[in-house]
Parts: sequence; structure tokens; C-alpha cells
Amino acid sequence: MVSLSNHELKKKIFMSDKVVTNSLDPRIKRLDLKKMDEGIEQTNSHLITWEVFHQDKRGKQVVHVGVVHASTPEMALVMAKEVFGRRGKTTNLWVTKTSDVYTFSPDDEEIFETTPEKLFRDPAYYKVRDRIEKFQKENNITT
Amino acid sequence: MYGSTNLSEEDAKRMNTTVEDPEKLEAFETRIAQGEKIEPGDWMPVEYRKQLIRMIEQHAHSEIVGALPEGTWITRAPNFRRKLALIAKVQDEIGHGQLLYSAAETLGKTREQMLDDLLNGKSKYSNVFNYPAKTWADVAVIGFLVDGAAIVNQVINSKGSYGPYCRALERICYEESFHLKQGHDNVVYLATGSKKQRDILQDAINRWYRPLLHFFGPPDKMSAHSEKLMKWKVKLASNDDMRNQFLDQYVPKIWELGLTFPDPNLKKNDDGVWEFSDPDWSEFKRVINGDGPCNAERIEVRRYAEEAGRWVRNALIKKEEKYVMPLA
Repeated sequence: MVSLSNHELKKKIFMSDKVVTNSLDPRIKRLDLKKMDEGIEQTNSHLITWEVFHQDKRGKQVVHVGVVHASTPEMALVMAKEVFGRRGKTTNLWVTKTSDVYTFSPDDEEIFETTPEKLFRDPAYYKVRDRIEKFQKENNITT
Repeated sequence: MYGSTNLSEEDAKRMNTTVEDPEKLEAFETRIAQGEKIEPGDWMPVEYRKQLIRMIEQHAHSEIVGALPEGTWITRAPNFRRKLALIAKVQDEIGHGQLLYSAAETLGKTREQMLDDLLNGKSKYSNVFNYPAKTWADVAVIGFLVDGAAIVNQVINSKGSYGPYCRALERICYEESFHLKQGHDNVVYLATGSKKQRDILQDAINRWYRPLLHFFGPPDKMSAHSEKLMKWKVKLASNDDMRNQFLDQYVPKIWELGLTFPDPNLKKNDDGVWEFSDPDWSEFKRVINGDGPCNAERIEVRRYAEEAGRWVRNALIKKEEKYVMPLA
């Protein structure tokens, strides 16, 4: 086995005019691969991204599931259907431009830190049974 | 299909020399040690970001290149039921590519840069997709054993520390369980069919055996280690451990059909560790670096798609729209 340096390998594969003709794939044999230009054009422009939200059942929350790339909201919905609607149930999908979503900075996470400690917002915090029973005993109230 | 956590020598060296803000690093490592996930906007070490991009990007490339050998057989599936399943599977692989490119994008590399790097050879993809699918039995073996191997890898990686990658992997693993089941179904039908069907299946297993051993990467004693990648939960199991788990799960399922692997030394030891002959790691190196039986074809087809579709993308792109990194 002749071993090639990395550079030679890249040349062989990525820059040669050798065209695959012995492919096992009939679809590839039909392609006119010779027509291809050499090298890759850098476009430096990207389709924008859309955040995708999925609702699996009427009455349920619409939940963020991921991202697609598209040029218009209509195309974003088509992509979202293909990427996030292939399994299980879907009632609807929402998309919104990533750039239109506002979030807190992750560094601000601490502003929510004390919330779980605010027990006065919790129904279980309010316990009156002992007080009622004590009051009933002292005042001879029977029910 | 696959996220390689194998480090190059240079990467391994840099991992141990890059200096980070000690306070931030400590907070980051504490968070991971507590089992919390890292999200896109969080502070993270330069090398954490770099290795994750490399790994998720390779994984994404493996999905879209991986669709090619199987896609070969869509037009020639033996019946309508198999054709439907294969189309669905191939579409899933492309969908997984989309999920993974987005996950990698949250770390700061655009999808177009990743696709360019695939074509110019800067970034790699899994070795297994550089082998041909010669017969229909290859489709069965890919669906069962290659996807089986991928699932071992992906289930482990889904317990990692980076939120977007874990979420993508959970969805992927759920969908790939169908690939595995339909692959097993296909294998069992061929194995219990005519002599000719058994023969092509055995032939396919013989050809895929070595690439499958290569799939998990070089043996631990041969590969560059990084304690940090383990600590940061980018790498969660060693190559040998994943390979062993794969052999443990799948070898018996081939043997129970009266089929064999082309390796007289393949056996499970009393300590639960599988033994096998040296699968020729120089072949793995050649294939990974571009010199496998189908590397040139895979890249040429991908480049054809890129170039033939460029006018459409250029027509769609609105210059006034500003690209921002996806959120999650």
C-alpha cells in the first residue's frame, strides 16, 4: 500500500479532475460530475435561522424544539415540518426569526435565584389546621 | 451517526497548555461536576468550544454523507415496504444533520463554513461511510450494525455537558431506534431466507466487520488522551469501552442467526471483555484521511449538490438580513 502525505491526499481527492465513473449508484452515474467547477466558491452569506416551536396536541403548550435555516417564514415552516414534524403528533408549528427573540444574558441567571425561597407564594406554606383545633378545644366547639 | 472524540496529538497538547481565567474555569467545572448543562451564551473554555465544534461538526457531516451509501439502494429496494422504510431512514439522516449543524452553530461556526470545510477536507466524517453498499444486504447490515454502533456512541454522548448537543442527540436516538429495528428486521428476513439471501448477508457482514471495529476509533493505548475532555463531559467513555459495549450487544444477535464474523479470535472473556484480532489500524487511518474506497465519490457528490444548488441559495439569500447565531 502506497501511503500518501496529507497534502497529496487532499490533492488527489479534492483537486483532481478524476471523476467518479464506477459508482455503484445509478443516480450518481447519471450526474454530469464533469461539469463541476474546481474549488469552492465562498459566498460569505448565510440563510438566517428561525427558532421553531412545536405543539403536539390541542390545548398543550407550544414548546421550543430547535432551529431551521430559511429565507422566508413560509420556507421556515416547510423546513420545520420536515425536521420536527416527522414523528408522532403535531397540531401546529411556529417559527420566529432568531434575531427577533430577546433573552436575558446567561450571567443574569442569579436574578431568579431567590424565587424558590419565596415560600409565601406556595400553597403548602399556609397551614391553619393546628390553630383551628387549638381554638376549638379552648372554646369547647364541637362539630 | 457518530461524534468522534479522538484528539489529534496537537489538540491534546494544546488542551493542556491553554490558560483560562481560573475563577471562571472553576465555576464552569463545578457546574459540570454537579451535572448541570452548559448553554450557548455561557462562558466556556476556548478548548471546550473548539473540541465540541469539531466533534458535533464531524457528527453532522457523518449524517449527511452517511445517507449516500444507503440512498444508493432506494431505487432498487426489493419491495415497496422496504422502499418506504429506507426513504424514511435516509430522510432521518439528513434531518439529523440539520439538528447537529444547528447545535454546532450555537458555538459560533456557521453551517456554510462547516459545509465548506467538509468539501475542502479540513473536517472529517466517520470512516464507515467510505465503504460501498454493494448489495441489498449491505443496507440491512448498515441499518442494524452501523446504526447499532452509532446508537451506542450517541446514547453515551447524550449524557454530555453541552445542552444543545444533548437535546439534538435525544431526538436522534429516539429516531434511530427505528433504524435499528428495521435493520434487524431486514437482517432476520435475509438470514432466514433462501441460500442466496444468506450468502449475500454473510458476505456483507464479512466486509463490514473491520470498518465496524474501526468505527469507535483507535484502541485507548494508541489514542491521545485528554483527562480534561472527560472532566468536561465532552468525552464520556473510552473508545475501547464503547467498542466492547457494541460487541456485547450485537455479536450474539448475529451468532444466533447461524451467521459468523470473519475473525477466529472474536470471543468474550470471562471478565466480560471481548477479544478480537488486530483490525489493521493503518487502514482506519487511510480511510479517515481521505483514501478509502469511496471517499472521492462521497465528496464529489456532496460538491455537486453544493454547486448545483448554489444559484437557488443565492437567489434566496436576502443581503439585508443579518445572520445571528441560533439560540439553542
